[in-house]
Amino acid sequence: MSQKHDSTNAGVRVVTVDLAVAALIFMMGALVAWDSHRLGASWGSDGPESGYFPFYIGAITCICGAAVFVQALLRMGADRSVFVTPGQLKQVLVILLPSTAYVLGVQLIGIYVSSAVFIALFMRGAGRYTWFRSAAVGLGVSISSFVMFEIWFKIPLPKGPLENLIGY
Amino acid sequence: MEELNALFHGFSVVLTPYNLMLMFVGITLGVIIGVLPGLGGANGVAILLPLTFTMSPTSAIIMLSCIYWGALFGGAITSILFNIPGEPWSVATTFDGYPMAQQGRAGEALTAAFTSSFVGALVAVLMFTFLAPLVAKFALQFGPPEFFSVYLLTFCSFVGTGKGNPFKIVAAMMLGFAMAAVGIDIITGQLRLTFGMTELLSGFHFLVAVIGLFGIGEILLSMEEGLSFSGHSAKINPKIVLDTWKELPRYWATSIRSCIIGCWMGIIPGGATPASFMSYGVARKVSANGAKFGTGQIEGVVAPETAAHAAGTSALLPMITLGIPGSPTAAVLLGGLLIWGLQPGPLLFVEQKDFVWGLIASMYLGNIAGLIVVLTMVPLFAAILRVPFPIIAPVIVVICAIGAFTVKNNMLDVWLMIVFGVVGYVFKKLDYPLAPMVLALVLGDSAESSFRQSMLISQGDLSVFFSNWLVGVITGLALFALFWPLLSAVLGRFRPPRPGAAT
Repeated sequence: MSQKHDSTNAGVRVVTVDLAVAALIFMMGALVAWDSHRLGASWGSDGPESGYFPFYIGAITCICGAAVFVQALLRMGADRSVFVTPGQLKQVLVILLPSTAYVLGVQLIGIYVSSAVFIALFMRGAGRYTWFRSAAVGLGVSISSFVMFEIWFKIPLPKGPLENLIGY
Repeated sequence: MEELNALFHGFSVVLTPYNLMLMFVGITLGVIIGVLPGLGGANGVAILLPLTFTMSPTSAIIMLSCIYWGALFGGAITSILFNIPGEPWSVATTFDGYPMAQQGRAGEALTAAFTSSFVGALVAVLMFTFLAPLVAKFALQFGPPEFFSVYLLTFCSFVGTGKGNPFKIVAAMMLGFAMAAVGIDIITGQLRLTFGMTELLSGFHFLVAVIGLFGIGEILLSMEEGLSFSGHSAKINPKIVLDTWKELPRYWATSIRSCIIGCWMGIIPGGATPASFMSYGVARKVSANGAKFGTGQIEGVVAPETAAHAAGTSALLPMITLGIPGSPTAAVLLGGLLIWGLQPGPLLFVEQKDFVWGLIASMYLGNIAGLIVVLTMVPLFAAILRVPFPIIAPVIVVICAIGAFTVKNNMLDVWLMIVFGVVGYVFKKLDYPLAPMVLALVLGDSAESSFRQSMLISQGDLSVFFSNWLVGVITGLALFALFWPLLSAVLGRFRPPRPGAAT
């Protein structure tokens, strides 16, 4: 529906996102209420059952989701404001996608190597720094957090093959 | 003067070299956190919380509360020098602070901001010292229905004082409650809302939510704006400080008004941000040169800063005495207390005297330390702000990831952090408030158990929340706050619209 207006107003409209999020909230509320109902949302032999409180939480969530949805529908025609322009979305993805890849890296090869690589590549890619400066900052942050957490505070963080190699 | 004795005892607890060092470390970290985008007070305290698990609770709360004071101070630096409010409550400071910096009076503006922050905090701490024990004593008679009604009042005030769409406020809150319900039900031992996933057994940890919503979410928002910092340089020398201090007493009336607004708004949840706006608005209306506000009036810096700091400090009062935090950062501190095995609430004043009075003493000393640190180190902090965003952004993501992981040593939390980050970004842009969501996530379990206990007492009869005058008044106030948006809309219909009146 919103695509029609894209020629005049580039980007995703606020109303569209509002509708989608309200629908999601409604579904979450329904899910909570349904699961609480399954557990028992009434009065058991010894007092309120497990689902007693969450059931109402779910129900109120549904009501609010529906209300926001209707409100958004009502201003569908009037509100032309843009949620995010393609340029802005690109900027957001520039940090969001590498961050997601970084978290995957933390899971696979540990946090220290991933952090150094992530910071260095991001500085190089998004900030156009020289390889030398990017690597220096990346390694610096990584090594100082290693010293702080593994040695100083003795808080173990996710580690991979490299840390195994040096005996951690 | 029982309080004074207790307070001096508190000072003796705090005044050890180790605790004093923690205080300065905390303040410095706090200012850095307040200055950097994406690392606000709540988020910064959340990330550093795991580091304090090895300390004694008193030392830990000294350091964490000092981080909080530091973040309150730090917000002013970015607002004045860069026109970027580091924290939501320093938005109002930009109105007059940034024009002053443009006119080359940055030093004056900063001195005024820090000093009035200090004054606001000091007044709030004084109030805290004498009011908190009374509130705690009073709250000792509270039973489950009273506690639930106070919880209800806390959450309903978000609707009453919030500016946004009430349905969105309630929706955000309910999502918080729903997340709090995930996992094992403590009373019956049944699994709730886990849908067969073993990872969800222990539920969502609010620290992970805070780090994602505020930290990653803020980074995404800043990236979108394509941040290019262009700040004014700040020179603070003793002469500027002294000259400004000579001028400040002229604004005593503004100060007092702002302190009152701040203390009041801090105790009722809603907190520092509306307090700073309200105080700025009142100052502009009342002041003789109100028309010049926005062009670089010192008074326009004094008013919001005093109120924000007073509110930030008094937000700890309901947290300590009732176990009900008035702001997201106070909620994180409350989570810390629970992790250290301290149950916030009226009993804390009876059972953990050292801790409570140590905290109160550290509020006095921490703010003095804060004033010294910020006045002497402004150029350093401003330099941190000039570090370009392509360096800051990935470093903050790394810090957030470490923070999220250390909460429970769980990799799933780091993934959840990213998810919460996206949620925070979308919610911020759609005006869903994050504070009630975080508060609901923190308080969900306590609110639910007080509700269930009340229901057990009354055998399922809701009238227990009106069973005596105390609980009745609190519940009544809560319902009034909840339906305030509706009431004011109805009243607005009947009243002829005033020209130029903002709704």
